[in-house]
Amino acid sequence: MAAWHPGQIWQPPSSVQRWIDLIFRRLCVAFAAITIALIAFLVLEIGVKALPAFREHGLAFLYTRTWDPNTARYGILPEIWGTLYTSLLALFFGSVFGIAAAVFLSEGYLGETVFKILKAFNLHFHPFWGHLPDRFEVLLKNLIELLAAVPSVVYGLWGLFVVIPLIRPGCNWLHEQFGWFPLFSTDLSGPGILPAVFVLSIMILPTITAVSRDALVSVPPRLRMAAYGLGATRWETILGVLLPTASRGIFGGVVLAFGRALGETMALAMLVGNANRLTVSLFSPANTLAALLANSFPEAGAKEIPVLMYAALVLLAITFVVNIFGALVLERAAAKSEAK
Amino acid sequence: MNAKRIAVLTTLLASALLFSACSSKGNSVKLQGAGASFPAPLYQKWFKTYSGAHPNVQVDYQSVGSGSGVKSFMDKTVDFAASDAAMKPEDMAKVDGGVQLLPMTAGSIVLAYNLKDVPNLRLSREAYGGIFSGKVTKWSDPLIAKANPGIKLPDQPINVIVRADGSGTTYVFTKHLSAISPAFQTAVGVNNMPNWPVGTRSKGNEGVTASILTTPGAIGYVEYGYAHSQNLPVATLENKSGNYVAATTESAEAALASAQMPVDFIAWVSDPEGKDAYPIVTFTWMILYKKYDNKEKLDALKGLVDYSLTDGQKESEALGYVPLPPEVASKAKAAVDNL
Repeated sequence: MAAWHPGQIWQPPSSVQRWIDLIFRRLCVAFAAITIALIAFLVLEIGVKALPAFREHGLAFLYTRTWDPNTARYGILPEIWGTLYTSLLALFFGSVFGIAAAVFLSEGYLGETVFKILKAFNLHFHPFWGHLPDRFEVLLKNLIELLAAVPSVVYGLWGLFVVIPLIRPGCNWLHEQFGWFPLFSTDLSGPGILPAVFVLSIMILPTITAVSRDALVSVPPRLRMAAYGLGATRWETILGVLLPTASRGIFGGVVLAFGRALGETMALAMLVGNANRLTVSLFSPANTLAALLANSFPEAGAKEIPVLMYAALVLLAITFVVNIFGALVLERAAAKSEAK
Repeated sequence: MNAKRIAVLTTLLASALLFSACSSKGNSVKLQGAGASFPAPLYQKWFKTYSGAHPNVQVDYQSVGSGSGVKSFMDKTVDFAASDAAMKPEDMAKVDGGVQLLPMTAGSIVLAYNLKDVPNLRLSREAYGGIFSGKVTKWSDPLIAKANPGIKLPDQPINVIVRADGSGTTYVFTKHLSAISPAFQTAVGVNNMPNWPVGTRSKGNEGVTASILTTPGAIGYVEYGYAHSQNLPVATLENKSGNYVAATTESAEAALASAQMPVDFIAWVSDPEGKDAYPIVTFTWMILYKKYDNKEKLDALKGLVDYSLTDGQKESEALGYVPLPPEVASKAKAAVDNL
């Protein structure tokens, strides 16, 4: 090894360094290639196994409603509908509350409140108590992120034993009073769409909140200052300046959350009722693709596996389309904001 | 230098220990099994007791479901399988060397329900057939009321709960319903995951039990043990001779007594005769190969099955299972000895 002389920072890279550099570069390329190859392999493998079912059932698989192993008639329209319906509803609720929580966190409302309380006791510059506003902010942020760490089977059990009994009386009242309204056209007996949506929106909340908060925090402070300087109220600043500027990042979080909602299996298999029904009623049991796969696979016979693979391929395609659509919208939004 | 020497010594010592550990277990046998979840608690108990008495035999049973068990058996990744739905003849033909099915224990399937003010519900054949075909939808239906004189049934919808996943329990239950109701047979049919016309679906016996517990007006089918351990009320059912019979060990034994055991041991008690027989009862099977290359494995397996069919039967009642009729057990034992 060459001796190191202080002050000689210009010395050319040694052969060892060059080798390490080369190996590192090659490794990176290899890992990137492996990731792509893995996805290609996955699609290929599922596709090949689904081929017999595709030949037999064709596209009718996508728009028929019966799933009956006895007569070998398979259709997954109710599952496709159930997957999209529960995910979109959960996305709606998750986004509303998630973005609101992100604004609350990034605006430092909690810190301000704590600061005011401390000020009332004249403790706001105290060496210990003075740090409390920041600590509370960090605590709240971590608490929301902790929601993402709860295993989905725990969410499922919680939904089954807590959420359903809790919302049942209200739901059944709605059904009795407004039964003519399609969303309330059945009663809630147990597992169903609404409990599933409720739990699913909580599950995707941390994703939306964490990404949106980062986007909001990274809005340049001068924009906010300028808005205040022009006489905008805080409310106007949030709605007119901060949210539009951060919209790209927020939208990214929403797309990510949608992907999670589409693929969520365990909690939904426990809460959605798994009934093969095509319905808009919030209280009726339904089914999703992921739940169907999870329930059917362990006991599937040789004839059923290609059909399930076909269903898996459809789920993969839906997720793929959603992600591509998300990426396109993001790109267009970026182009627009640059054009301004 | 000193540190190095210590390291070498430790390695030597460790490998010597390892080696001696291996050699002392030189003639130990490991048996791998997979299959039905319904008899799993009883199997685990048997296997544990047997391993306790025979330290050189280790049994590993995974309750992955009847269908998966049979699949692994056909792929030869396990030494034995277990199934509630026996094994299809075309699947048996695919295993070269042959297959031996053995009834190991039996169990009843009960209709557990959730009605606060009705502790003893009686259901006629027509009534429960109708409930699971979606024709009887209210608890106050005259078909149900007729069998329950003097009991005020609520004017509430019946929330039927069925299994979401493919299951041997469902297979047995649909087989029974098809036997008693031709309408059910044509509309739904026998399957381990049929196209149920009604109900919400839950995963596993435990999922169905949980749903019944939390849903007012619910009814669902589970293994006797699950309803028993949760203290769920269970319906008294009308049997073939028109008597109302509760699910007990005696009534299940009466049902099994009517079974004719064929040579291949695949007997279904879809609709048992006998005036005290509980109507929904089934055997559950262990599936063995007729030929094993490894003599030690075969001997261990024989010992295990022998124990389960004799002393093991005494454990079954405490766990909610039904002991095999003695002549069935002795026939099965004879079949094992011939392997």
